[in-house]
Amino acid sequence: MTDDRSTGSQPAPETPAPPAGSSRVLGPDEIRRALTRVAHEILESGHGAEDLVLLGIPHRGVPLARRLAEQIARAEGRPEGEGLSDLHGALDITMYRDDLRSNPTRAPSPTRIPRAGIDGRTVVLVDDVLYSGRTVRAALDALSAIGRPAAVRLAVLVDRGHRELPIRADHVGKNLPTARSERVHVQLTETDGTDAVDIVRLAAGEGEGA
Amino acid sequence: MRHFISIADLTREDALAVLATAEHMAQTQSRSIRKLPTLVGTTVVNLFFEDSTRTRISFEAAAKRLSADVINFSAKGSSISKGESLKDTALTLQAMGADAVVVRSASSGAAHLLAHSGWIDQPIINAGDGAHEHPTQAMLDAFTMRRHLRPEDPSADLAGAHVVIVGDVLHSRVARSNVLLLTLLGARVTLVAPPALVPVGASAWPCEISYDLDAALATGPDAVMMLRVQSERMVGGGFFPTAGEYSRRYGLSAARAQTLPDHAIVMHPGPMNRGFEIDGSVADSPRSVIVEQVASGVFVRMAVLYHLLATDAREAPRDH
Repeated sequence: MTDDRSTGSQPAPETPAPPAGSSRVLGPDEIRRALTRVAHEILESGHGAEDLVLLGIPHRGVPLARRLAEQIARAEGRPEGEGLSDLHGALDITMYRDDLRSNPTRAPSPTRIPRAGIDGRTVVLVDDVLYSGRTVRAALDALSAIGRPAAVRLAVLVDRGHRELPIRADHVGKNLPTARSERVHVQLTETDGTDAVDIVRLAAGEGEGA
Repeated sequence: MRHFISIADLTREDALAVLATAEHMAQTQSRSIRKLPTLVGTTVVNLFFEDSTRTRISFEAAAKRLSADVINFSAKGSSISKGESLKDTALTLQAMGADAVVVRSASSGAAHLLAHSGWIDQPIINAGDGAHEHPTQAMLDAFTMRRHLRPEDPSADLAGAHVVIVGDVLHSRVARSNVLLLTLLGARVTLVAPPALVPVGASAWPCEISYDLDAALATGPDAVMMLRVQSERMVGGGFFPTAGEYSRRYGLSAARAQTLPDHAIVMHPGPMNRGFEIDGSVADSPRSVIVEQVASGVFVRMAVLYHLLATDAREAPRDH
């Protein structure tokens, strides 16, 4: 995943141009269309929104899960906002990471599980970028400490390849072939003030974590 | 943070970061499976040169909930009683592959010495050194106060709160750490003790000092923390005329507790002398959070272990 928390949130001008050295892959319209398609895929793969829980992985998976939940609620014809908080939540995975001892201290984020819990329901994990698969591995461990879902699926906005574990996404907004020397930089209105996905070419020696 | 020796080493941001992590730990402890894999493969040594049951058990529980292995090394039944020095003990622990050492000692500065002597490279956590500091106790007290006094905002500090700390301040590392931490978080602290139990130099601490408990309680504090009278350290006596007189003037009786504001909480770091510094009925009353302090201790110590061990020690970042 892109782990670029240091990026400040600029106030949202229309669609700011990508910074130098990077190229825009998805703009606001493409992100909206990709999420609409993923929301419908999630509905079709199950049997409607019954027993569905979308859990976003902090930081940017959380607003994505909320957006998908809103789309699903709308597609199901639910009145605005009804039962929405039972449909989505947040799953912090900090305590389950396998790279804690090779990074500066990470501040954990809140976990919010819908009141009905996850036992026997279908959990859809939501993240912005699928890369090594290690974040998803940690999320599966975190999930098993909370309950026993009937099934777990994975939805991501961008799959950039380079998996290090036998993990795949069920629903992908955009498949994005990348080089390891590149970084996928996702910005969302809720966290960064604008909706955009950029590919950033890193200078030599500037590595990226899992 | 490289070590956790003294509240004086912390910035306000450090303290709030540890409290925020402790809240996260508390949240994980209400799940069906409470054990986290965070520190799997690490070894935490509890090095206790002084008797302590609850602090040692609290650190042990915290380390185990994070999947660390725990080795308990207590002075009784170890080579310390045969005359081994702190240095030799440190070298032994280093050679055994300890990843962190929790140290409790009757000597002020023992944790600091261990951390900065060069005998051992690992993070050192102070679990009480003489009459100097007991920083994790202060953190758990602040954590408990924040939950009761600022329930609407889990990221708040304690600005505007008034805390009265009563009793044997002279022998209390808990009081010293609490004065530093509570004022760091914006609270106002009043120490109440008989003159003979106020340490020399306390007038320079960032707090008020009073000799009159009733006057201090009449100001309507938000929290009252009773300290244990540490009779075992009062060699020679003469600190107060009789136990009865101390209890009458400085004990938290049921009548005194009734004068407190409705929202005020009563705290005690334990172990309590019921009927001496605190009446049993007050310790068991709804405003008492003494049992909750014990639970908070595990969350706070999990947070401290996380901040020191789940990080790249080579970089030792100042910020979080």
